[in-house]
Amino acid sequence: MSGGPAPLKLRESPAFKVALSLSIATGLYGVSFGALAVASGFDFWQTMVLSLLLFSGGSQFAFIGVVAGGGSGVAAMTASALLGLRNGIYGMQINAMLRPGGWKRYVSAHVTIDESTATASGQSDPDEQRRGFWTAGIGIFILWNIFTAIGALAGDAMGDPKQWGLDGAAVAAFLALLWPRLRGREPWAIAAACALATIVAVPFVPSGVPILVAAVVAGVIGWFSHARMDEGLEPDVDPYAEKHRREHGGRK
Amino acid sequence: MNLWLWILIACALAYLTKLVGYFVPAKLLESPRIMHVAGTMTIGLLASLTVVNAVASGQGLVLDARIGALVAAGVALWLRAPFLVVVISGAAAAALLRLLGWG
Repeated sequence: MSGGPAPLKLRESPAFKVALSLSIATGLYGVSFGALAVASGFDFWQTMVLSLLLFSGGSQFAFIGVVAGGGSGVAAMTASALLGLRNGIYGMQINAMLRPGGWKRYVSAHVTIDESTATASGQSDPDEQRRGFWTAGIGIFILWNIFTAIGALAGDAMGDPKQWGLDGAAVAAFLALLWPRLRGREPWAIAAACALATIVAVPFVPSGVPILVAAVVAGVIGWFSHARMDEGLEPDVDPYAEKHRREHGGRK
Repeated sequence: MNLWLWILIACALAYLTKLVGYFVPAKLLESPRIMHVAGTMTIGLLASLTVVNAVASGQGLVLDARIGALVAAGVALWLRAPFLVVVISGAAAAALLRLLGWG
């Protein structure tokens, strides 16, 4: 896009390669989203609209998760919106990094998610950052939607979701989304406090609301804590997992 | 129809949240408090969603096959399995426990 001194062939760009394999890994689990959404009572097009327009894995799973548990549409929307707050931070970071102008801002905003931001932030050269962001963003968008459709169609054909353990798949999906963010003692403490608050709230408030109670607890902790800046802002699939493992036996 | 409405509102809010980052001056969002709240909120909501899906049934708390799914997923994650393998482990554990007549 911007003519650097020696234009690198796309295939030789490290950011491009990382972004491509990340797109495949992330896109693939769109299958589980599609299947779970249909099992939770969403029709094919509702499922697709969530992947096409909402396009933020955690928020999509949250929306269907609340509805599957008997929660209201308002509760589902609120949980999804709160879980998406971090994307605003990512937008700010990408804007500072790439400075997209004009219409490109509106497109880049849509593909601003955990994975595209992480791919870009892992590079130091501005051209590589740009390649990483756009390849991961657009690549995941395309594959995520294709695999959502496959999952939704497969889920429709599967019949009784419980027999296939799809409610167990939802539990596993949320734990897998949480897992990469549990680095260090404080995230564990926050997770434990919010899990406890949820369990205590379940018998007393309508379905879906316990999740919002946990959000308030998490918000209060965040407001008064002095933990590291990027806590909780880790991608579901770490694009540089190999490198991080080699360097410190984990992420910094 | 009602669900459609909330889906579309959720989509609009998701996009606007992303867009805000591009238009609000960085100084405003870069405040450590806002960063912390966005981060802890993500952890707290995911922890809560995990628990709700594992043990809540309406307004009751039950221990059924989904606990097996939670344990299986935890083991898979601990073994560094990729996302899809973790999800399949959870489904398989729940399905198997039901086949054995529990939950």
